[in-house]
Amino acid sequence: MIDEGLRWMDDRLGISKGGRSFLDKIFPDHWSFLLGEIALYSFVVLVATGIFLTLYFVPSAQQIVYHGAYAPLRGTKVSEAYASTLNISFGVRSGLVIRQMHHWAADVFLGAIAVHMIRIFFTGAYRKPRELNWIVGVTLLTLGIVNGFLGYSLPDDLISGTGLRIAYSIILSIPLVGSYLAFFLFGGAFPGNGSIIPRMFILHVLILPVIIGGLIAAHLGLLVRQKHTQFPGKGRTEDNVVGSPMFPTFMAKTTGFLFMVTGVLWALGGLVQINPIWQFGPYVPYKISYAVQPDWYMGWLDGALRIMPSWEFTGFGHTIPLEIFLPAVLFPGLTFGLFYAWPFIEAKLTHDRAVHHLLDRPRDRPKRTAIGAAALAFYFVLFCASSTDVLANFFQVSLNIVLWSFRFLVFIVPIVAGLVTYRICLDMAGVPGIGKRKRALVVVRSAEGEYETIPSEPRPGDEHEELPPMPVPVAIEGEDDSEELETAGAGEGIRRVPRRP
Amino acid sequence: MSDGATDATGGTGATGGTGATEVGVPAYPVASFDDPHLLPLAKNPRRAEAVVAVFLVLGILGVAAYGALYWVGGQTQWEGVFLGGGLFCIGFGLSAWGKYLLPQGPFVEQRHPMASPEEDRKAMTSAIVDRGGIVVKRRGFLGGLLGAGMGIFGVVAAFPLIRSLGPVPGKTLDRTNWRAGSRLVDFTGRPVSVHDLEVGGALTVFPEGYLDSEQDQAMDQTMLIRAGSADIVTRPGRETWGPEGYLAFSKVCTHAGCPVGLYEEQTQQLLCPCHQSLFDVLDGAVPVFGPAPRPLPQLPLVVDADGWLRAQSGYDQPVGPGFWERS
Ligand code: FES
Repeated sequence: MIDEGLRWMDDRLGISKGGRSFLDKIFPDHWSFLLGEIALYSFVVLVATGIFLTLYFVPSAQQIVYHGAYAPLRGTKVSEAYASTLNISFGVRSGLVIRQMHHWAADVFLGAIAVHMIRIFFTGAYRKPRELNWIVGVTLLTLGIVNGFLGYSLPDDLISGTGLRIAYSIILSIPLVGSYLAFFLFGGAFPGNGSIIPRMFILHVLILPVIIGGLIAAHLGLLVRQKHTQFPGKGRTEDNVVGSPMFPTFMAKTTGFLFMVTGVLWALGGLVQINPIWQFGPYVPYKISYAVQPDWYMGWLDGALRIMPSWEFTGFGHTIPLEIFLPAVLFPGLTFGLFYAWPFIEAKLTHDRAVHHLLDRPRDRPKRTAIGAAALAFYFVLFCASSTDVLANFFQVSLNIVLWSFRFLVFIVPIVAGLVTYRICLDMAGVPGIGKRKRALVVVRSAEGEYETIPSEPRPGDEHEELPPMPVPVAIEGEDDSEELETAGAGEGIRRVPRRP
Repeated sequence: MSDGATDATGGTGATGGTGATEVGVPAYPVASFDDPHLLPLAKNPRRAEAVVAVFLVLGILGVAAYGALYWVGGQTQWEGVFLGGGLFCIGFGLSAWGKYLLPQGPFVEQRHPMASPEEDRKAMTSAIVDRGGIVVKRRGFLGGLLGAGMGIFGVVAAFPLIRSLGPVPGKTLDRTNWRAGSRLVDFTGRPVSVHDLEVGGALTVFPEGYLDSEQDQAMDQTMLIRAGSADIVTRPGRETWGPEGYLAFSKVCTHAGCPVGLYEEQTQQLLCPCHQSLFDVLDGAVPVFGPAPRPLPQLPLVVDADGWLRAQSGYDQPVGPGFWERS
């Protein structure tokens, strides 16, 4: 059966050789390689749940009187976008789960991309020959954030509408062309002539997803072409990849992982409320909710807007609202510009133009690790700064103190984090065997009375002795006779051919 | 899996088939059944198998329970538990199967350098440079025309793509609908009389006749506050702007345009919840805290003969956040 089918395909497409080596593709077994998979599978969930949502969502700013299932808002004037989102939440079976799942999947998607990128950074996986894939990845992050914001804005509730108002002002702040851009985008002065919702909708459900999907394909295509990186270890060299083959091992594990990610997202969608727009109410231009908080991935920008001093430039008959333009246009521009340029900056600084397939351990590259830690600290402080009011309430101090602390912390914390990280890297580099798991450190006293710390012996059976790697067998030879081999599950999923004489 | 294979493809199963690329590495490697690489990772495969089976069964139950729940009407949280849990269990079972019961390996694959041999690179370059050079050398004029055509098309295409998207700003951002004599109305359209607010009260008002469009609301929204008249700092030129202790300020934050919606009576401050800008109501709404760069523009008020509040004139400056054309 299988053989016949393959022959039929091969006669027409010649797939046997390429297809077979694709089945043999080796995937390194390391947990950190799962981070990108979480992002990928969240995207799958986003597309699936997104298609479901488009069947019910009405992308229209048309004002109607609400008569739906949610009693407290009956009789209120709302937009069709808002009303249809309420309908998905209360009128469609499983609709609320899927809507919340979509929102959670977006948050997890961007979170997984961010952590995946951090992993790539600290292990130097972006070095030659993988700069292109780093660029594709940074683009995916950028588009993901933009699309997340667009989707968040679609329901036309009070909080997302306020966010959109801020976005409009940010575009407006761009010197020379800002007001034109804002007017073209919104179809006039905010909130425009009703075209922003359909425009965001088509961007959110078609244009950006298609680009993101294409880039994901390119990301994976490059990965197959260039093969995976791997951590140094037994039998692992610059010239090979060691791990599990695509078929059947990786396929089983990764399909299982797809189900696990989907299951977790579905459970989050059902159990953990997110974006309850019926509590916020519909968007009304002159209303404001007390708790204005964007999704987590916009937090760093919100924080930057909050702690920026109020420097507006006026002169020569013009105004440049630097208090918005710098933190919300120039700063993210610089951020992503730096991300894009980083592999080339590093190559320039280190004069390292060699091809690398073995990953760095962060402690072996103290400078890079310190820079990464400082950058992380910087964005984390900005993220925290987006909750100045919450923090002031929580610690019972004045907003003023919180604001000024952040204005200093945003510079101090990264420097301290960088220096401490640098120190830790150097210290770790000086201790052999540190960082390995499952080994307790024991203090021993020598005959001369000297104390020394050494790693303990592994307990018998504690460590898995890895065999030397072998090429993926295409065929399995020998008698499939022994009951114990069957028990051991050996050869499962691998094609058996009779031994040739 | 069809055993007794009708497989006669040359090379399959034969060590060192035709396509050997690495010295010493056969193109079609073969392993024997007792090769330790093919044994599972699990120390006790029977137990691992049982664990996988348990998770798969749990998964089936969870998914089926979701189906039943949907049938009877659904309930958000239980839907989450059943289908989420079910999918997770199936996934966990499958992953564990892959990790513990399939050949443990490890297996290896060789890398090949990405870079092509030097002559291939040279050929590629010259194919472009030389063949392309013919075009430029012999037909440069046509090339120029083609380029010009493309360029003009690019510019012209921008008209429908960009220009039609919306109106040009013009003076839209400089003006609101407030005029001399505009009566103040609340969001229902009811005019506001001088007796409507207690001291310490606040109300969002609009110019009469401009309540229908969201665009107008967004620009015109104004905060009417009745502050006790004692402590009001009156700026020169604004002596008559606040009759009977009434003050009116644009409600559009000068930072990023959020409605400055929270009036704190005790401190006489207006708070913008977006980025925590604070404006001093008694002192011409100057920003006393936060990123807002300018005071909220003040609307001059007057009480007419019938006791209605009206605007003496429109705002003396554009409301809301800064932009390039604002002078
Ligand atoms: S919009 Fe008012 S503080 Fe930013």
